[in-house]
Amino acid sequence: MTTVAGGQIAPAAAGLPVVPGTPTLPFDVERVRADFPILRRTVRGKPLVYLDNAATTQKPQAVIDALTAYYTGINANVHRGVHELSERATEAYEAARARVQAFFHAAHAHEVVFTRNATESINLVARSFARPRLQPGDEVLITAMEHHSNIVPWQLACEATGATIRVAPIDDRGALIVDEFARLLGPRTVIAAVSHMSNALGTVNPAAEIVALAHRHGVPVLLDGSQAAYHMAVDVQALDCDFYVATGHKLYGPTGIGVLVGKTEHLEAMPPFLGGGDMIRSVSFERSTWNDLPYKFEAGTPNIAGAVGLHAALDYLGAAGFEAVAAHERDLLAYGTAALQDVPGLRIIGTAPSKASILSFVIDGMHPHDIGTIVDREGVAVRTGHHCAQPVMERFGIPATARASLAMYNTRADLDALVGALHRVREVLG
Amino acid sequence: MPDLDDLYQEVILDHNRRPRNFHTLAGASHQAEGYNPLCGDRLTLYLRVEDGIITDVGFVGSGCAISKASASLMTDAIKGRSVADARALFTRFHGMVTTPPDVEVEDLGKLSALAGVREFPVRVKCASLAWHTLEAALSRAGKDQV
Repeated sequence: MTTVAGGQIAPAAAGLPVVPGTPTLPFDVERVRADFPILRRTVRGKPLVYLDNAATTQKPQAVIDALTAYYTGINANVHRGVHELSERATEAYEAARARVQAFFHAAHAHEVVFTRNATESINLVARSFARPRLQPGDEVLITAMEHHSNIVPWQLACEATGATIRVAPIDDRGALIVDEFARLLGPRTVIAAVSHMSNALGTVNPAAEIVALAHRHGVPVLLDGSQAAYHMAVDVQALDCDFYVATGHKLYGPTGIGVLVGKTEHLEAMPPFLGGGDMIRSVSFERSTWNDLPYKFEAGTPNIAGAVGLHAALDYLGAAGFEAVAAHERDLLAYGTAALQDVPGLRIIGTAPSKASILSFVIDGMHPHDIGTIVDREGVAVRTGHHCAQPVMERFGIPATARASLAMYNTRADLDALVGALHRVREVLG
Repeated sequence: MPDLDDLYQEVILDHNRRPRNFHTLAGASHQAEGYNPLCGDRLTLYLRVEDGIITDVGFVGSGCAISKASASLMTDAIKGRSVADARALFTRFHGMVTTPPDVEVEDLGKLSALAGVREFPVRVKCASLAWHTLEAALSRAGKDQV
């Protein structure tokens, strides 16, 4: 049912068998772009230059088609009816779960819980895993580069239990100071929640090292993969993380579908997050018993179409091949970093040695908000503001940045357009 | 399509580059802090009110060109006016920036330079921040935040 983009991607990049004698094609960004219909539209009379991928990515035709195919031919509720459509819908929904399992290399399909987004996944863990364990004086360890969604759920859990949040610092480049993180791990640490990749700075954290350090203290780790998951291959077993969260709409999939990948031992021991249909085995007015994993955490009718769309998106990403995507985006990041130096007074925020696909910057005497409005007139979409990471802005002593963020369909020409538009900012603001 | 020049008029660029009354005010009788968490614009407004007249005004802070120019233009416009007049001006200003772009609005002198934000809905808050801060300062003497 899901459509694979394999036919439109270079065979080598797609990891498909290469027929002897056929030349191996490099990553062909123009062919990738052709798969994303929105990239053909114009904005304010100019070709769309979409550089707000860290907020959400655009969707390939394969995802759009999968959604249409689902609603056109299969739509029914899951895990309920005995009729043909319900069986087909259940199959499609569970096939999506298996695809997510394979994508993140989870040990079991039941370790994949579908949620609305990464935020809900973190809230689920904060509520059902952390909160019952937290005692007054206990600690939750996060880092100074977290998105608000990996701060606030822990604050709520701490406020309810008398626990406190500890924050591992970052250096002036925006890299986590791993020694400080290690120092903050202790007997009172109940969980560590760390971004795999920063949305505001682009920093890629040494996730495996962080998990190993925490485990040495018996501390479980949640990794927020909202940004990392669409830029690099993620193997939760190799990372050995206890929880990994991601959101579908940044993985080139639909909005409203997210995932929590958790270790069986934790998920089994956790009480439900939300109550309702599908998450129960039996209900009486006296008491109810909970369903098996992962359904215990999926109360109510789930986003079936969203899961089906995510399946198609992961197939598309898989066919493109992370190695090829990552190499292409590395080239763009290096090119963009150099090209931005051409803009007088521009300073990049976030220069960690290990970073990916994010160019956050400020320009002397020009507020990011004005930059965003003016480059938009040139058809260039960037994000301006604090990027839901106010503590990061505070760390760097700035109110906001402008941020260009990359995805597989971006080109050097997109970055040239950005630089051109930034010169226009100076003309307008004088 | 609305033109960028409608938004970034010369008056606005001038007030952004050289904001008027851009200072703290010793002996202020009213003060409030304005903050727009969406874009991080932040300003502190100081007023000296004597016998119902705003005799002096100052502001400090950081923000985009629109918010800074709006604060600067506002301080010029309210200095020497009665509190009642300043409030009435806020009502008229608010009306101007929230009227649909194709509808004619009254001439508010230099403040009319900000009428262009109507074409840019997400920027209306930038233009209004200083005025909301003024209202907060006037309605509650002492420190306050909007």
